[in-house]
Amino acid sequence: MQVRITLMVAALVLCCLAYLSLGARGDWSFVLAFRASKLAALLLVSFALSWATVIFQTITGSRILTPAIMGFDALFLLLLSLLVWSIGGQAYQALPVQGLMAANAALLCSAALILFKVVLRAGRDNMMQMILTGVVLSVLFRSLTSYVLRVIDPNEYAVVQAASFARFSNIDTSLLTLAAGLSLVAGLGVWHLRHRLDVTSLGPVLSTSLGEPPQRLQWQVLILISILVSVSTALVGPVAFFGLLVTSLTYLIIPSSRHADILPAAALIAGIILVGGQTMMERVLDLNTPLSVVVEFLGGLVFLFLLLRSLR
Amino acid sequence: MIDIHNLSYQIAGQPVLRDVSLQLAKGGVVAMIGPNGAGKSTLLSLIARLLPLQSGSIVVDDLQIGEATDIELARTLAILRQDLTVASRLTVRDLVGFGRYPYHRGRPGAEDRELIEAALKLFDLADLGDRQLDTLSGGQRQRAFVAMAYAQDTDYLLLDEPLNNLDIAASRALMEVLRDLTRQRGRTVVIVLHDINYAAAYADRIIALKAGEVVADGAPSTIVSDSLLQDVFQTRAKVKTVDGRPIVLV
Repeated sequence: MQVRITLMVAALVLCCLAYLSLGARGDWSFVLAFRASKLAALLLVSFALSWATVIFQTITGSRILTPAIMGFDALFLLLLSLLVWSIGGQAYQALPVQGLMAANAALLCSAALILFKVVLRAGRDNMMQMILTGVVLSVLFRSLTSYVLRVIDPNEYAVVQAASFARFSNIDTSLLTLAAGLSLVAGLGVWHLRHRLDVTSLGPVLSTSLGEPPQRLQWQVLILISILVSVSTALVGPVAFFGLLVTSLTYLIIPSSRHADILPAAALIAGIILVGGQTMMERVLDLNTPLSVVVEFLGGLVFLFLLLRSLR
Repeated sequence: MIDIHNLSYQIAGQPVLRDVSLQLAKGGVVAMIGPNGAGKSTLLSLIARLLPLQSGSIVVDDLQIGEATDIELARTLAILRQDLTVASRLTVRDLVGFGRYPYHRGRPGAEDRELIEAALKLFDLADLGDRQLDTLSGGQRQRAFVAMAYAQDTDYLLLDEPLNNLDIAASRALMEVLRDLTRQRGRTVVIVLHDINYAAAYADRIIALKAGEVVADGAPSTIVSDSLLQDVFQTRAKVKTVDGRPIVLV
């Protein structure tokens, strides 16, 4: 397994070098600085989404779920459309992006906590109840969003639309410092919980028997997921299936169920897919197809595959 | 000792346990029998803190369920249930290793590793240590779970219908292992069983529940009888005594 990790680190480094250097014309110092900040953003997104998905799958005990199913992204879009609707597109674009991101993170955290407090009362199978509530709420959020989008001015609709799709080429790098800080805090939190997550993945009965009742961990994990998801949505917009693609590959490649192995591997794989894919798209193939379309397409296929396999 | 005091439990207004008081002394195999819906599994889940207490109290040694810390309880009491589904890629050694978690909290020491190897050897799993759980037979998997509970080194082990899906050889082997744990290591095993013959053969004490109440309690030879089967299960089956041990003719 050490070999696989080393290979993945090498692959990621290669991808990063290719991303920085391929097709660079003109002043190198400008190109490198410009691309390095985008690279940093891509790496942050890889890290945040892969870890959020891994720990979400652990506490839900399901390998086909991603945080998107809880309506985290839908809530983000609703907030965005409400904001544009109430203060107008121009005023929205004049808002400080850091402030928006912090507000978004805080909102997602409190939504997760409220969901947790209201739905997760003592009892059995409450995790499933919470997921279903999340699914229903995300439908509600999406309907409200589409209502707002129908009454909104067409020009402002364009502002919302631009922000509603994942974008890996056109990243707002002014958010980097805040995003890095939040990811670091959440990442340390997740790493601190890694052994407890191992026990939780044994299921509610065994983890309770071993002194680690899942209920105690769930709210902490939900908060960490909220932070990680808000980091990635702020940087590149909502992404649904990318995390699923990453975790499926990770479980395929890493023959371990310890989070101390899975978490680093997932982040590496996510980085290879995003940075490598973006390099291919932008520099090698010179395609205008956004990477998000390809990634979501592949992730969707993986989702269908996992779903069909579990039905069999 | 597990001291259960005035325990009642309701699900959606329906009483599942009615004012149950029991004392389970340390050591020995205690079997709980009764028809479906009698409250056996609920009682076991309440002792194992898988369900929150509604009324009454349970004290295990000097730990009050609901107040003692999770780690203290994890070092005193282990539970295994039939419906365990575990990440398939876990190896037997990993699974047994989790039994030491309440002691090392994720950082196993040399002593923990020794105990894990000892548990693998004791349960005849040494050759299977690196096999993944989903490649094992039902009996081997069940043994791996019991080995994990053994490594957890708790005085009390609760098992909910561990014989489901096991053939006669695996069932007998498991029951013998459990009995040895109580004889040689002074552990206490509380087990929910459906097959009264297994209870009569291996248990030191049988507790019969019906509609949430204890209706019979005692050594197998004293309580397993035609009238018990009639009262508790409402079925007319004959009980014969063979080699000094009651056998239900099914």
